[in-house]
Amino acid sequence: MNLQTFLLMRHEIILMIIILVMLAAEIFSDDKKNTYNLSIISIILFAIHTIIGYLPGEQGTLFGKMYINSELTVQMKNILNIGVLIVLLQASQWLRKPENEGKTTEFSLLIYSTLLGMYFMISSGNFLMLFIGLETATIPVATLAAYDKYRNQSSEAGIKLLLSSALSSGILLFGLSMIYAVAGTFYFEQISSNLATMSHTPALLALGMIFFIAGMAFKISLVPFHLWTADVYEGAPVPVTSYLSVVSKGASVFIFTIVLYTVFKSMLVLWTDAVIGIAVATMIIGNLFALRQKNMKRFLAFSSIAQAGFILLGTVAGSQFGMSTVLYFVLIYIFSNLAAFGVVSIISYSTGKESMNDYKGLYNTNPKLSLIMMLALFSLAGIPPVAGFFGKFFLFMASAEQGYYYFVLIAVLNTIISLYYYLLPVKAMFIDTNETPIEPLKSELLPKIALVLCVVGLLVIGFASPVFEYLKEISFGI
Amino acid sequence: MFETIPLTHILIVSTLMFFIGVFGFLVRRNLITILMSVELILNSVNINFIAINKFLYPERLEGLMFSIFVVAVAAAEAAVAIAIIINIYRRFSSINVEDVSEMKG
Repeated sequence: MNLQTFLLMRHEIILMIIILVMLAAEIFSDDKKNTYNLSIISIILFAIHTIIGYLPGEQGTLFGKMYINSELTVQMKNILNIGVLIVLLQASQWLRKPENEGKTTEFSLLIYSTLLGMYFMISSGNFLMLFIGLETATIPVATLAAYDKYRNQSSEAGIKLLLSSALSSGILLFGLSMIYAVAGTFYFEQISSNLATMSHTPALLALGMIFFIAGMAFKISLVPFHLWTADVYEGAPVPVTSYLSVVSKGASVFIFTIVLYTVFKSMLVLWTDAVIGIAVATMIIGNLFALRQKNMKRFLAFSSIAQAGFILLGTVAGSQFGMSTVLYFVLIYIFSNLAAFGVVSIISYSTGKESMNDYKGLYNTNPKLSLIMMLALFSLAGIPPVAGFFGKFFLFMASAEQGYYYFVLIAVLNTIISLYYYLLPVKAMFIDTNETPIEPLKSELLPKIALVLCVVGLLVIGFASPVFEYLKEISFGI
Repeated sequence: MFETIPLTHILIVSTLMFFIGVFGFLVRRNLITILMSVELILNSVNINFIAINKFLYPERLEGLMFSIFVVAVAAAEAAVAIAIIINIYRRFSSINVEDVSEMKG
């Protein structure tokens, strides 16, 4: 191993350097009022990091195949980078509020630490690496959720997130111990080759896999392990909520898909049944609860639960096409959900209003914001001109290709239900009248850039077929 | 003397510990006790890893290594959890789950 091989983990190394630079800058800056400038610097550094991520690099493995770097993992990290960049841009306005004075750098540091964990998690070739990455990705998020120290709901969200994620990692580890008992190793490759030699699946292994799926389902907030989601999303500050619902969830979905496709590939029949069951329950329950939400953050929380159910359509397919649709959908989901959260956050910071009724008549006072919100909701619902339609269409196609017609039918029916509640805020904004609508808002430059990025993504990615072709090329199936 | 205890007995103990932990997590109302239940779960997993390593795969120490990392992660988790619990105590003057619940629905 020489210095060159370390370039295989360039994402991690650059992010680590950014973390250290920001930490040093935070320590040595004597002016506590200047921390906002530091967060601008950190955004610029991260933007450079995002661009560097797209440069072509070598592929290979490190640390005795504990760390795998392939084109697929690099692109997954790039997708997450886009999400984090948009979240940071959106958060800049919130970080300027007086109550956040002196702790603006902490926010980006914690975000970067969780992102580092996600990088290692995605690149893992061993369950030990996966576990450490997963924990590095979740523990700082709990502190982020409790970031508003003087708001009761924020601390409540933090402890709920931390305890439920601790329980879920306990369940996941219990499953891993069973897998270890059968396979005798933690390496993905060796486990799958050991399993391939067995004539039948041992019951202990099947149980371990179920525990593993349950543990991951907590992180992706799939039904019946979704109970923490709504409270945490409501209580946490808006940028943290958008981070949780998009980046955290995306990373967990990626590694979940990779593990199912590599480690458990000989048990395809077993896990497809389990995952289909979970996905159906997730879509139905997420939709039904979203119907009756009045708080916009809670509304988006339940809609994100339902979206996670849709993502599983691609995972279940078990083909190269299936994995590429998962990547593609997460990319689109990042843009659409962050656009919606961006509008919610701008309104929430300026006026403190989060209820759906406050959005009545928004079009008359803030036409641009309401148009962006409409595009985002159309994309989440899957209405044709915007990217969300193509994402969902490919997911359905991947699943139908493998013959899961009933499953696709249920998913399509759920899309129709979801149309109803996605159009509720649109109706409130455009049709309903309100005597005291939200006054015209002036947003700052950086959140504006974030919104523009989201809108461009929403409009372009659906029609840019090279994106999907490329994602399909780098994915793998069973 | 230790070798005379079969693997099954150790696994029964660890499984019992795991489910006692899950039960405590769901039933207990004090945040610190819930945290203790989580520790119980993680330690039952450690027992599993070490016992399986010693009895089934003694030639490689993978399980042992894993359990060390689990201990480290559990410590980090407890540190963050207690920090948040202290903040909750300042906010709510209570660490009972019933009192620390403002959000409903």
